[in-house]
Amino acid sequence: MSIRVQIPSALRRHTAGVGQVECSASNLGELFSALDEKFPDLKPHLRDETGQVRRFLNIYVNEEDIRFLGGPSYAFQDGDEVLLVPSIAGGCN
Amino acid sequence: MSTSYELRCRECGKLWGNQPRSICEGCFSPLEVTYDYDGLRARISREQIARRPPNMWRYAELLPLPKDFHPSLPTGFTPLISAPHLAKELGAKRLSIKNDAVCLPTLSFKDRVVAVALAQARSFGFDTVACSSTGNLANAVAAQAAREGFKAWIFVPADLEPAKVLGTQVYGAQLVRIAGSYDQVNRLCSQIADEHRWGFVNVNLRPYYAEGSKTVGFEIAEQLGWRLPDNVVVPMAGGSLITKIKKAFDELITLGLVEKKQVRFFGAQATGCSPISTAVKGAQEEILPQRPSTIARSLAIGNPADGHYAIRAITGSGGWSEDVSDPEIVESIQLLAEREGIFTETAGGVTVGTARKLYQQGRIAPDETTVLCITGNGLKTTDALVGHYEAEEPIAPKITAFETFLQNALEVPAPVEASA
Repeated sequence: MSIRVQIPSALRRHTAGVGQVECSASNLGELFSALDEKFPDLKPHLRDETGQVRRFLNIYVNEEDIRFLGGPSYAFQDGDEVLLVPSIAGGCN
Repeated sequence: MSTSYELRCRECGKLWGNQPRSICEGCFSPLEVTYDYDGLRARISREQIARRPPNMWRYAELLPLPKDFHPSLPTGFTPLISAPHLAKELGAKRLSIKNDAVCLPTLSFKDRVVAVALAQARSFGFDTVACSSTGNLANAVAAQAAREGFKAWIFVPADLEPAKVLGTQVYGAQLVRIAGSYDQVNRLCSQIADEHRWGFVNVNLRPYYAEGSKTVGFEIAEQLGWRLPDNVVVPMAGGSLITKIKKAFDELITLGLVEKKQVRFFGAQATGCSPISTAVKGAQEEILPQRPSTIARSLAIGNPADGHYAIRAITGSGGWSEDVSDPEIVESIQLLAEREGIFTETAGGVTVGTARKLYQQGRIAPDETTVLCITGNGLKTTDALVGHYEAEEPIAPKITAFETFLQNALEVPAPVEASA
C-alpha cells in the first residue's frame, strides 16, 4: 500500500526542497513516524512539545479534512493523497 | 530601512520584517503586525486624528502602510447610529449600530481590509492580486484592483449568491467558481499561493489585510466620543474581525487615546455554521470543524482560521457567543429594516438575532452601551428574502381604483377573498 504526501513550500526548507513523498503509513501516527525518519528537521514543525499535531497545521486526505474522517483513527487507503496545509490564520492580540 | 511596523509570530515571537507571508516557518503559527507603540505615543493625539478627513486613513499611524502610500478612496468612517427602536424591541436602552452596509466602495467592511492589503501588494511589487472569498471580499478585491490597476483572480464557492458573483465580474476580475465549500476554496488557494507569485490578500498578505479590520474598532471608540463601549456584538466567519476590534481597543488604551476599560466581546454565528460559538458554549479552546449549511453564506466557514483567537477574545473578555437559525436570520433582517431603516445582508441578520438572544439571556444588560456590527449590505443577499414579499396585483391608474385598494389595505388583515 502506498500513499502520497504533499509538503507545503513553507516546510520544504526542512525537507531539502522535497515537495512530495510516497510512503506506506497506515494511519496518521505512522505517517508522522515515517516523515520523522526521512526528515528529522521537520518533526518540531509538525508537532508541539507534547507530541500533538500543531494547532495551525491542517491535514487533508483526498481534499477532505482528516478530522471529518476520524482523525488519528482514520486508516489510509491505497492511493490516498495527503496534504499538509497551514491554516493561514491572521493575527491579533 | 527604518519601519515602524513589522511581522511577528503570534506564538514564538520571532520577528519577520515586512514580506508577503502569513505563517512562521519555525512553528507554523500565524504572523501579526506589531508596531513601535513607544514611538507612536508622542506622534498621535485625538485632536490630530479629528482634524483629518472622515475615512479610515485618519488612523494611518496604526495601520501597516508603506511610506509612499497615498490612499485614493475614502473608505471607512461609516456611521455609528443609535438604534432606539430596535433597542425597544430587544429590551435594550443604549444600543448603537456600526453600519458598514454603507462602506465604500462595495458596501461591506471588507473594503477596509482590502484597502490595506493592496497598499502592501503594490509595495511588494505584485501585479496580480487574488483571494478566496464568500462574496464580500470578492467584491472588494475586484473593485479596488480595478481602480488601482491590478489584475485580479477571485476564487469562490460555486453556490455563491448571484449578486455577489455579478458584483465581482462587473469589475473585470477573473472569477473562478469552485465546486466545493469555502473551506475547500481556501485550502486550494493556499496551494495556488505556493505556486504563483500573486498577492493573495487573505493568504500571503493576510497579516496586513487583517489590520484593516481594526479601523472598525477605532471608529467606534472615536464616534462614542473617545470612549469604549461596554459590549460589542460581532458576526464571525473566519473569526478575524472580532479579534481585530479587540486589538484596536487595546491599542487605543496603550496609546492613551481612551480610558482603560474591559469591553466584553460577543460573537455571532449562524447555527448552520457555528464552530466558534459551539466551542465557546462548550468551554472548548479549540475548533472542531463543521460542514456549513446556512443561508448566511458570507459566514459559512466551517474551519475558521482565526477561530482559536476568536474564542480567546470572547472568553477572555467575559463575553459569550450565540448562534441563530435561518428563519431567525430572516426575521432579524426584517426587524432591523423595519425598525431602523437599515437593510443588511444575512450576516447582519445573524448579528441582530444573536443580540436579541443575548439580551433575553441577560448576558447583556439594558443600560450598558452596546454596539452591533453590521458588516454588509442587504442588496447583495436579496435571495434570502425570496417568497417573503409577493408582488401586489397592479391596479388601474384611476383614483377610484386606488381608493378601493386603500380601503382593502386598511382592513387588516385583508384576506384575498374579501378584497374582491
